[in-house]
Amino acid sequence: MANKDFPLIFERSKEGRTSYSLPELDVPEVNLDDEFEASYVRKTAPNLPEVSELEVMRHYTGLSNRNFGVDSGFYPLGSCTMKYNPKINEDVARLDGFSHIHPYQDSSTVQGAMEMLYDLQTSLSEITGMHEVSLQPAAGAQGEWTGLMMIRAYHEANGDFNRTKVIVPDSAHGTNPASATVAGFEAVTVKSNEKGLVDLEDLKQVVGEDTAALMLTNPNTLGLFETEIVEMAEIVHEAGGKLYYDGANLNAIMGYARPGDMGFDVVHLNLHKTFTGPHGGGGPGSGPVGVSEELEAFLPKPILMKKDDKLVFEYDRPQSIGRVKPYYGNFGINLRAYTYIRTMGAEGLKKVSEYAVLNANYMMRQLEKEYDLPYPQHCKHEFVLSGRRQKKLGVRTLDIAKRLLDYGYHPPTIYFPLNVEEALMVEPTETESKETLDGFIDIMLSISEEAKNDPELVQEAPHNTIVKRMDETTAARKPILRYED
Amino acid sequence: MEFRYLPMTDQDKKDMLTTIGVESTDELFSDIPSKVRFNRELNLKRPANEAQLKKELTDMANKNANLKNNSSFLGAGVYDHFIPSVVDHVISRSEFYTAYTPYQPEISQGELQAIFEFQTMISELTGMPIANSSMYDGGTSLAEAVNLSAAQTKRKKILVSKTVHPESRAVIKSYAKGPNLDIVEIDHKNGVTDLEHLESQLDENTASVVIQYPNFFGQVEKLDRVRDLISAQKKTMFIVSSNPLALGYLTPPGEFDADIVVGDTQVFGIPAQFGGPHCGYFATTKKLMRKVPGRLVGQTTDEDGVRGFVLTLQAREQHIRRDKATSNICSNQALNALASSVAMSSIGKHGLKKMATLNMQKARYAKQKFLDAGFEVLSDAPFFNEFAIKLTKSVKEVNARLLEKGIIGGYDLSDAYPELNHHMLVAVTEIRTKEEIDAFVKELGDIHG
Ligand SMILES: Cc1ncc(COP(=O)(O)O)c(C=O)c1O
Repeated sequence: MANKDFPLIFERSKEGRTSYSLPELDVPEVNLDDEFEASYVRKTAPNLPEVSELEVMRHYTGLSNRNFGVDSGFYPLGSCTMKYNPKINEDVARLDGFSHIHPYQDSSTVQGAMEMLYDLQTSLSEITGMHEVSLQPAAGAQGEWTGLMMIRAYHEANGDFNRTKVIVPDSAHGTNPASATVAGFEAVTVKSNEKGLVDLEDLKQVVGEDTAALMLTNPNTLGLFETEIVEMAEIVHEAGGKLYYDGANLNAIMGYARPGDMGFDVVHLNLHKTFTGPHGGGGPGSGPVGVSEELEAFLPKPILMKKDDKLVFEYDRPQSIGRVKPYYGNFGINLRAYTYIRTMGAEGLKKVSEYAVLNANYMMRQLEKEYDLPYPQHCKHEFVLSGRRQKKLGVRTLDIAKRLLDYGYHPPTIYFPLNVEEALMVEPTETESKETLDGFIDIMLSISEEAKNDPELVQEAPHNTIVKRMDETTAARKPILRYED
Repeated sequence: MEFRYLPMTDQDKKDMLTTIGVESTDELFSDIPSKVRFNRELNLKRPANEAQLKKELTDMANKNANLKNNSSFLGAGVYDHFIPSVVDHVISRSEFYTAYTPYQPEISQGELQAIFEFQTMISELTGMPIANSSMYDGGTSLAEAVNLSAAQTKRKKILVSKTVHPESRAVIKSYAKGPNLDIVEIDHKNGVTDLEHLESQLDENTASVVIQYPNFFGQVEKLDRVRDLISAQKKTMFIVSSNPLALGYLTPPGEFDADIVVGDTQVFGIPAQFGGPHCGYFATTKKLMRKVPGRLVGQTTDEDGVRGFVLTLQAREQHIRRDKATSNICSNQALNALASSVAMSSIGKHGLKKMATLNMQKARYAKQKFLDAGFEVLSDAPFFNEFAIKLTKSVKEVNARLLEKGIIGGYDLSDAYPELNHHMLVAVTEIRTKEEIDAFVKELGDIHG
């Protein structure tokens, strides 16, 4: 199929074919059109494809062959924790008693599902050291916004309406400042210091009576643990602000440290990352939030609790921020995370973090031979290199990423975090073997040699993929967002 | 204890520590201040082996009454439709489900093209020129639409019909607190929006009017009348939330000049799974193209002129615009959008209308049966596949008795509409048989007494 247009499903369509077997009309037919004004009866059928079942399978199998996942090969995409997605998780999520239950069934008929959720909630409280957890948010970003809304409600309940600012480090993920805006706050930036950590002096400058919260990722997006976390918590708390933990990087510290013990008031987790979601080509995720006792009353409703030995969804929560999502969260993803936690237990989860960190440091120490490492201390589960040395040779980080495609790897996250020039953010995860890491290291080192000896080879990469570099400028200037025949 | 997801051997560990130049992995954690070190073992259940865990979870699953072992008449936003086998076979291909957001187009053409096709299908169904790659669900998609309308019109007042899904309305209210919007709910009359009330509330401060079509009660709102009222206020936007299956029969909201159309594609290939993950869609006009939340895939060509697809118009998104982004959404519902695409491809152009009308025929048969059995119905206005009936007892009590007969009864409307005490919302999809419907009416009649 190389170098040829792969047909759209619409281009495979032929009038008269179908891949669906509809049940019979086994009731007396009535004339529907009598019931509706003519203007409400659709005149032109939507242009969905008409294809046979085999054609559907061929089409999507073909598309899957044009896609790369963790099962295809190494995927060290920093900040995304692309670890192995266990197959038992997929199997249990498809059990009828989990996949075919309705959120409005009476709770007495879904106690098994609620038991699982309750157990997951309790486990996540323990892992994070938070008092109570809600499984309602759909993904990390929604968890962030939920957490900030709770912080807002907390301040307002104290009669404090002037806390309009949320502080985010310059290294923060884009969803942090975006969530602050959606929650009605103004995002203000705190700088990082020469060690890649939050600059305490700058923090003291920006913190004040208008501070609602500080949002922090720890380890941060450079993969570095914020060693002065206790002091930071004190500074923010003393000013009356709350501390928000972006748990996207929890994979580094399970069993070693807990956000609750570090003084965080609100935490969100990305179950699709640390807890094997999977990532689904972009989602669905799940972004539970955990809170300290002080903030418990503000959790989204309903909350899941035990009452007289029965599990119930409790709606009588007068201080709750309300509902953030219909029903009870992304149950199917929560179930997969639960299955993973039950597979690993306390011992396994601690090993996960131990090996995630070991793998990252092992790679970092070998790659720093050829790539600049702006922050040389031990890293946690990921590290950030700078391609500035290669840039001087005319080879950009983007080129290095594209060259990795030729060798069958998914590149690291690039150009993030923003406070590193030509950033390459590498997160190997604990599920990769030493041989896999060694293979990737070798290729990265040889790409560095190519940059010196044959820069064009790298600049013009990829050479072996089914398509070459895309014209993104035209895509954005003259957007074609749907098929037209 | 050995863990099958962790390939690290003792020898590997030793070699790697030597390379790093440390004695133990503990040294790598020495940057965690002792004050915040966690010094005991996490208190979690013991790890379970694969066989044991499968059994444990199967037992847990079996404690739940499920929609496959019972005949279900429960809908209210989540429906029991037939899912063709191909759907699960496609989404189980791990090149799809173990990938993430297609940042590297050269090795992600599969996902990108699948999204482009999804965008096209949603655009076709809704009659809107543009659709995005997915939102978390219908409820949050609607809330984002509301916030967009306020930002676009620089107005704060939002009129939301009470016939919009109660949980979507709850989510709208939560999202509205950020930008401080004023959410005004419009009454219903026997399950359809009270247009007089709507007209009396509509003014030059109204950012948008939100209508569900078909609405929460299954009834078909008069979109042309609503549109006429809105048009009297220059900038006010028209937001419609739609069950996309119904659009196989009904005129799409795009033809009534909707500005934003949202909803959930759960009806296409996504199991109920206790309410999520489902899949929100978001469709709009060309004018709002650069305000859309979430990811958009566009068609382009590569250096050799080969057609391909990329994430595009990213200057709207959080990773570029940070606090100025049009939304904070990052991960979305890509795999479920794929499931819906496969289901929509299977159903096809002509199948869709057949499937929609099959739902409508069976629902009408059921409704007539209830009328014949002497039940009162809430309304005789046009509807899709749901309708409300009045019982003499509480719905909760009735449903408990129905379950003994293998029937999952309808939704208890009194939960969200206190004025509709003892009213049950009944959903009839294409997979309910005549026998099941007859049995349901009979059992309800017996309980009804
Ligand atoms: C550090 C960090 N925070 C937040 C998020 C947002 O999470 P999600 O994509 O689940 O909304 C991500 C993931 O992309 C992340 O890496």
